[in-house]
Amino acid sequence: MNNKVVSSLREAIELSGLKSGMTVSFHHHLRNGDFVLNMVMAEIAQMGIRDLTVNASSLFDIHAPLLQHIENHVVTRLQTDYMSGTIGKAISRGIMDNPVEFRTHGGRPSDIELGRTPIDVAFIAAPAADDMGNCSGKYGKSACGSLGYAYPDAANAKKVVVITDNLVPYPLPDWSIPETYVDYVVTVDAIGDPNGIVSGTTKITRDPVGLVMADLAAQVIRHSGLLKDGFSFQTGAGGASLAAAKYLKDIMLRENIHGSFGCGGITGYMVDMLNEGCFESLMDVQCFDLKAVESIRTNPRHQEISASHYASPSARSAVVNSLDVVILGATEVDTDFNVNVHTDSNGYIMGGSGGHSDTAAGAKLSMIIAPMYRARLPIVTDRVNCISTPGRDIDVLVTQGGIAVNPKNTELRQRLTDAGLPVVDIHQLKETAERITGTPCRIAHSDRVVANVIYRDGTLLDTIHGVSGK
Amino acid sequence: MEIIKKASAGTLESSDVYVEIEPGSRGIQLTLDSVVEQQFGQSIRALVQEVLAELGVTDANISIADRGALDCVIRARVETAVMRGKGE
Repeated sequence: MNNKVVSSLREAIELSGLKSGMTVSFHHHLRNGDFVLNMVMAEIAQMGIRDLTVNASSLFDIHAPLLQHIENHVVTRLQTDYMSGTIGKAISRGIMDNPVEFRTHGGRPSDIELGRTPIDVAFIAAPAADDMGNCSGKYGKSACGSLGYAYPDAANAKKVVVITDNLVPYPLPDWSIPETYVDYVVTVDAIGDPNGIVSGTTKITRDPVGLVMADLAAQVIRHSGLLKDGFSFQTGAGGASLAAAKYLKDIMLRENIHGSFGCGGITGYMVDMLNEGCFESLMDVQCFDLKAVESIRTNPRHQEISASHYASPSARSAVVNSLDVVILGATEVDTDFNVNVHTDSNGYIMGGSGGHSDTAAGAKLSMIIAPMYRARLPIVTDRVNCISTPGRDIDVLVTQGGIAVNPKNTELRQRLTDAGLPVVDIHQLKETAERITGTPCRIAHSDRVVANVIYRDGTLLDTIHGVSGK
Repeated sequence: MEIIKKASAGTLESSDVYVEIEPGSRGIQLTLDSVVEQQFGQSIRALVQEVLAELGVTDANISIADRGALDCVIRARVETAVMRGKGE
């Protein structure tokens, strides 16, 4: 073979042997700027292939054309770790006959590697690739940084198609996914819209309630007994989580604490912490902003990791198992500390676990940061509408009205109480919020199951029912 | 208290409520559009009726676009709309 470049996407699909009833896969590093899933599915639909399973590490609003393919039965099964509101609403209204299979960012690669969710053809969106398929996310006009979620697809799919808008002469230096896995390479004008791939900057919140929560979160970490040399940390890209990271950085610099690593989806704030000496390295499965992309390209201590390395429960070890502290979000938390990040207050799907339950299971301290109520709806309920992460893996809930510690973690409760922090019972948080908001009526669900939430070990954690009405 | 002209109060910001009131002749005609309809729809309707009764408004068309406002906010916005609609 001289090289693997084929003349068109259609030719690559034909050569791959894709047939009705098979499984195709996609990764989500191009996020809401991704063109690849849509262009591949449009081509597949035109070719008359039907009844496909789509295994995508996440789905965003830009993937709304997928709904048409579902209605036309080109796609009859979905496996994903996260879906944003546009797709989620349609799924909740019942457009699919088969329930969506939600996994986690660690459960997905685990199930792929164990052969539970075999992939026939993987499509890899590559911001840079050579003509034998060595590819990277770090270079080119569509640079997205890490390609971590695409590794298990590349390594395990029967056929692998690399799609790039930046074909370079062989060999691409500093490749991430090697040619050994790749069957075909296709060039296109653009694999994505840079404005949707990464945000220019991610900003910390200026909301005073968010800042109070962030300050409390940093104090909890400080007094947890974990904040010392060798400390490791993950946080999300939400405004309050980033503010907590900033306060944490201030404490680490002031007290001269040298951490070990930061991990997860990486933002510019984590890059700042690396560069200012808070961490020895960053372990990066996905870049959230331009600063993170620049850093992973130029700083050898900012390392790309695969989805399995990040969070797989069946890997011999994964980074999440070495995590000290993770800060996570929630749409609801119940009095048993179960967390919902899948559905909104009206029961519509608008998210997914991502790495939520993986990091919660692995980290020594799993913290949820959330306001006592959002637009009149209390965060703490008797029972969440969907269990995304089981309460046994959550140590503490931080709100502006106080800090609720999981009763199983008596040591943490004692440490925080001794430090004079406002520790409250989670039932009390619920009552305080409901005194302000009123007690909400339970929302109505249809009888039909529209999604199954599969825990990282492959067991069924919960089911999501459809929404009837508007 | 009589509503003699169309008036409004509030905003469509999250956690606020936008209230429009206008003269009517067939009792209180209330329409509610709320992001928390399922959880709080009945209690919001009851609150609006209660505030109007307290102010002695017996005939008016009132529309409520609620973005998850607390009871105290809804009460304040309805009172303000009534005061603006009663004239003077």
